[in-house]
Amino acid sequence: MVAPFSQSFTIEGRNFFNAGEASTEIKSILKELGIDAAVIRRTAIATYEAEMNVVMYASRATLTLNIVPEMIRIVVDDDGPGIPDIDLAMQEGYSTATPEMREMGFGAGMGLANIKKNSDQFTITSNVGIGTRLDIVIFIS
Amino acid sequence: MMPLSELRNQLHCEVYTGNEPLEEIHIQFGCASDLMSDVLAFSRAGAVLLTGLVNTQTVQTAFIAEISAIVFVRGKRPAADVVALANERRIPLLGTPYSMYESCGILYGKGLVSTMEPAVRGEHRVPK
Repeated sequence: MVAPFSQSFTIEGRNFFNAGEASTEIKSILKELGIDAAVIRRTAIATYEAEMNVVMYASRATLTLNIVPEMIRIVVDDDGPGIPDIDLAMQEGYSTATPEMREMGFGAGMGLANIKKNSDQFTITSNVGIGTRLDIVIFIS
Repeated sequence: MMPLSELRNQLHCEVYTGNEPLEEIHIQFGCASDLMSDVLAFSRAGAVLLTGLVNTQTVQTAFIAEISAIVFVRGKRPAADVVALANERRIPLLGTPYSMYESCGILYGKGLVSTMEPAVRGEHRVPK
């Protein structure tokens, strides 16, 4: 049985150089806890996509990781501009990315849809001018 | 399945990283993209990534997606920080003089299958 675990991370926005640090650390925590490799990959991809969204659109976010024996829960709260139309943002291919983001290989409008694809439960709430919250749940067994 | 040492020979690759024994790394699938978003969405663990995008996020994406090796196409060379990150993450970096199209053709012709199997392809709908 996986031992309960909780940790918070700060993600610095607009810093492409450090992008991926939180998801790398989370991947190594999950490995140490002996979680199944396919679950680790899904969690790492969902977290990395969420991290890249913060790097691209916000100046700061808090990522909270909670692990209980049944599931992994990741909540990302950012201070970005917010998303006026969530249904539109969830569509594959829809993007408001800048050329700089695209030069890094991101901003193709796949991120939110890919987070949902890799999650068992996914909730997104957003307030324009305040920020966006992603709530990602991945079942362990 | 193809040992990375054979892939290196097929694509006449230069190897930029130094830690991993290439003959012991078995590549199961191939994927090719300059879009890291697509790599995260459509790759599979154990694949080789062929790309023209040479930066640290290429290595970071490969690490997250459990990509077994990266091949930079068209003779593109990674900078020192990219090689350092790949060594740290234990992901072999190679470079081929072939274009993306030629590289894919050579590997596909040698039996390396795509990460997008028909069942996976069916899940991806073209946006209307």
